[in-house]
Parts: sequence; C-alpha cells; structure tokens
Amino acid sequence: MSNDAMNPGWGGGRDPGVGDGPTSGRCSPLFSGAMSPRLQPNTHKEPCNDPGRSDPWEKTALLAILVLLSGCLHKTNRQAEGGGAVTVIQCAGSDTIVNVAQAWAEAFADVDPDVSVEVSGGGSGTGIAGLINRTLDIANASRKMTEEERKQARANTGQDPLEHVVGYDALAIFVHKDNPLEEISLEQLADIYGEKGPVDRWSQLGVTMPDPRRDKIIVTGRQSNSGTYFYFREAILGKKGDFRLGTLDLHGSKDVTELIGRTVNAIGYTGMGYATPHVKMLRISKKAGDAAIPPAVSTTLDGTYPIARPLLMYTHGTPSGPIQKYLDWIRSPAGQAILVQSGYVPVTTQLVATGSTPTGDAI
Amino acid sequence: MNRRPFEVLGERLIELVITICGISAIVFVFSIFYFVFREGAAFFFHGFKPGEFLASVEWYPTSQSHVRYGALALIAGTFSVTVLAMAIAVPFGLGAAIFVSEFCPRRMKETLKILIEMLAAIPSVVWGFIGLTIMNSLIIRVFDAPIGLTVLNGGLILAMMSVPIIVSIGEDALKAVPDTYREAAMALGATRWQVTYRVLLPAARNGLLAAVLLGVGRAVGETMAVLMATGHAVRIPASLLDPVRTLTATIAAELGEAAVHSDHYQVLFIIGILLFVITFVINLLADLIVKGIRKSS
Repeated sequence: MSNDAMNPGWGGGRDPGVGDGPTSGRCSPLFSGAMSPRLQPNTHKEPCNDPGRSDPWEKTALLAILVLLSGCLHKTNRQAEGGGAVTVIQCAGSDTIVNVAQAWAEAFADVDPDVSVEVSGGGSGTGIAGLINRTLDIANASRKMTEEERKQARANTGQDPLEHVVGYDALAIFVHKDNPLEEISLEQLADIYGEKGPVDRWSQLGVTMPDPRRDKIIVTGRQSNSGTYFYFREAILGKKGDFRLGTLDLHGSKDVTELIGRTVNAIGYTGMGYATPHVKMLRISKKAGDAAIPPAVSTTLDGTYPIARPLLMYTHGTPSGPIQKYLDWIRSPAGQAILVQSGYVPVTTQLVATGSTPTGDAI
Repeated sequence: MNRRPFEVLGERLIELVITICGISAIVFVFSIFYFVFREGAAFFFHGFKPGEFLASVEWYPTSQSHVRYGALALIAGTFSVTVLAMAIAVPFGLGAAIFVSEFCPRRMKETLKILIEMLAAIPSVVWGFIGLTIMNSLIIRVFDAPIGLTVLNGGLILAMMSVPIIVSIGEDALKAVPDTYREAAMALGATRWQVTYRVLLPAARNGLLAAVLLGVGRAVGETMAVLMATGHAVRIPASLLDPVRTLTATIAAELGEAAVHSDHYQVLFIIGILLFVITFVINLLADLIVKGIRKSS
C-alpha cells in the first residue's frame, strides 16, 4: 500500500504542507458556517481540498449536504426541547377534504405542539384502503364506507371503523364563465352524464354558445377512486346508473375547475370551494320548472340544495387521546371556522345534536 | 506464471459475483412476471372474458349494476399515443444523435450533451404538468380545438421524454463505430454525409435500434405524464385532437382504490401482464429485425 492511500487527506499525501497548513484554516469557515455548533470540533478533521484539484461542484454538493444535515439536526433539537415524544397522526384520503385537512393540521400544530398531523390525498378509496391496512389513523372520505369495506376493516384491525361528520360539501356544477347557461335540472344532468344519455350538445339544452363551433359538450368528471365520483353517480344517475364513456376523468378536485376555466364548452362537478374567477356555478333544480337553488352555505344547511354530502373522517373504533382531541377541535368553532374559509359548510351544534343531515333527500 | 493463491481466489470470487449479477437479471424478469401474473391469475382463469377485454370499449370497473372490463379503448389509447410519440421522437432523436456525434463542433457538443441529459432528468410529473397547463392552452389556441388534453398533447410530451434517451444512447452507438471506418471512407473520397449515411448508420444499426426501443419502452410505460396530458377519457380516438386514456394511466388511477384481490384489482394486474406482453413482443420483433438485417447484408 502506498502512503497516498493511507493518508486521509485527499491531497495531503503528496504535499503535507497543503493539507494541514493554511488550507485547513481556509476551509473550516465553510464547514462551520453550515454545521450546527455541536459538530464544530469535527470540522478540523475534515479533509480539505487540495487547491489544485478543488472542484466547484464537489464543494457545492458538500455544502448542500451539510446545510441539509444541519437543518435536520436543528429540527430534532427543537422537538427535543418541546419535551416528550411527538405523537404523529397519519391522515389521508379524499381529495375533496385534503385542502381543509391540511389547513386543520397546520393550525392544530399551534393548538397542541406535541401532536403532528400528517395529511395526504389520493381519493376516498385510497384513504379507506389505508384504514383497512392500518397504515392510517384517520381516513378522510367524501363517501360512506361500504358494508364490504367495513367487514374488511373489522377482519384486519379487529375494530369497527367509527364515522365522524366533520362538515358538509355542496357539490357545484361548473361551466365556463362565458357559457350563457345559468341553471340546470337533475334530469338534464342525467341526460348529459348517463351511460345512454341523449344530450351531447349545448343546443339540445336550448343554450346558444357564443361561438357556434363550440356546441359539443365536453363532459368532465373525476377518476373512479374519488368519493365525489361515487356520490355524483348515485345522486344523479341512481344506485344502478353508470356514467357515459368518454368523459374526461380528472385527477383532482382542483383540476376540474382549472380545466373548465380554460374550456368554454365544458361542464363538470366538484366541491364549491374550488370555484375560480373563470368558472360559473349553476343553480340546480330537482325537476325542470322547479325553483333553481344556488349552491351556498345557507341552502346546504336548510336542505334545499339537492347535491350536498357530508365530509367524513373514519377512525379505528373510538379514538384514543390525541386523535379524539384532534377531532373535537375540528368540530369546535375554531376548527369549523377554517372549514368555512375553505368553502365548505360547517357542522352546526344543533345539527350534530339532532343527528340529521342538512342535505335533503339527495343523500 | 507465478501467481499468489489469494489473487487466484480473488479473481474467482469476482467472477462468481458478476455471474450472479448477470443471472439476477433473468431471475428478476421471471419473478416480476410470476408475481404480476399470480395477482391476476385467479380471475384470469375464473370469470375473465378475453373477448370482452380485447374487443369491447366498455370499461365499467365500478358499476353497481353491470361491471364490464373492456380494455379496447385503453389499448387504442396506449397505441395511438406511443405511435405518435415515436413518429416524432425517432427522426428527431436520431437526427440529433447524428448531429451531436458527427457534425457538431467539440465545444458545442459538450454543452448539448449536458443539456440533453438534463432533459432526461426532468421528472415525468413535471412533464405532465407542462402538458396540463402550457400544452393544453397552446393546442386549444393553435388548432382551435375545444380541449387540449388529447392524443397530440400526450404524444408530444412523450416524444419530448423519449428524445433524450434516443439521443444519448444513439450518440453512444455512433461513437462506438471505430474511427478507422470513418478514415477509410474519407480516404475513398466520401463526403461527410456519405460517410454518415453509407458507413456509420449501417455499422451502428444495432445500437440505434436499441436506442429507439428504449424510447418506445419509455413511451409505452410512461404513466404520470400521460395521465395528466391525455385527458383520461375512455374512448377510441378518431383524430389527434381526441382525449384518450392509456393502460398505464388506468392502473395508476385505479389500483389505489380497488379492494385487494377483488375482480377489479385482478383485472388491473391482467392489464399489467398485457403491458408486459406488448413490450416483450416489441423486443422480440426488434431482435428478429436485427437478425434479418444481419443475414441479408
């Protein structure tokens, strides 16, 4: 073995003066700046680059790693100072709920710093699957668990999933803001969305589009693991109904309004919280000729708006300390205020007490 | 030869290790095939209707009244997007590979190679995002189409994703042609273009074909970008401006929701097997083509 290989310094073997002399003094500020003070003594043992071979990329990469490392250390320190272990609540599911769930999780960090709530989306089906597989503590869902899923959860976890209503969502029918249509009936929606539905042009609904070449209806929906998809299918087409083929199945609640905002002849459904300046919410009537109801908090609460549904969180049986505290906080005025800000309809104390849903016969 | 015993042993050991590495590829391919097939096997032999699967467009995996698993539209979706992507990416990629390898000044070559490799490193979800936002509105404006999430959008995005692969592997294949070939051709008075066309391309054809195949593989297997860029609609496209849904996007969108071991879940694995078969056939065809070229020349 040569001397070179045994020497820990990269360039030091050939010229000892470079490795241990002035260079180490030049290098150490670089390291100590990025590292936490605790690690500073180590920096003197760090090999320094031979100036002749120094590579700016290498240095940058090293610096980046050290910065990341110090960031991690910093975080651990802070958590350690907070005293006690941090409880992590895993929470995932419905894309309809994910935005407000994230807002809740962030706000709850200030309420109880010892509890960290981790939120992700993926669709109600994904969340419920996570609950069944025990990878989640809370499954967000915008549809009810099926009997089959409850059975699987019981078999896998030994506990009955418990349902908590945390708010309500009015499902709005969106069109582009330049579309002259203002209201639509449930029957017309079934004609547009149903498997054998006869309507595929706006003119069939008596609508004259500003640009006559844009008469074809671009029907958008959600991908089939979305609770919104299931709820809308049942509410519009009945238990046995199927959507027509060829609808654009978008991958998120936000994508729906995003796309409709760009497409003048499109129609779509998603939570009213996802409205943008480029889209318009239609008023909905149960039958053609009935009064058309705009989607709003008040119409959802009094039950006149026909397509609204509860937002649900499922837990394994009766939840334990931190999870119960989190759910209680969500249903407190502070938690519900965040829900309202996100465009959803709150659970009022009165409704919880009577146990009724404010959504009329559509559910 | 006077070799120390531990050197001999060391060489043997290394030989053994690389043999295992080589064999492991075979083991991996077969075990992946086995596990994918096992997940779908129960339904494949019980209740699966191959006729409906391959010939019907009716994809209703979650219907409450009448569940149907017709994948024809999904197959057509994958096929149309891949063919379009290759029609764009192969000439473009091979052209770029020839330019970078043969015609490009040295300094520019280094810059180009770095940039092309950077292009290959862009995550597919970012490509999908570009498809969903920029390309979507661009297609609406340029083609006056009602919607920009179409075969064209997916094909263009996939082409942009496959080009870097075709360029870097194609360039390597051209570089691997010995310089003596170039010198001999030049000495015979061939122009630069004649050298490329008559000498380099035939000499590098296997490598170039491999480059194209890896590009096709990327296009067939790509999920996230096509999921976002093609509109995700179950229908057989009548034109480039129709939205489609691909096999891969269907698996990605639905596997998370399907209850484990349900029929729906198993059908998604059968789609996986179908994808496997498609890539296998493409590779086999390419192999046969290469052998055919070899025999005829």
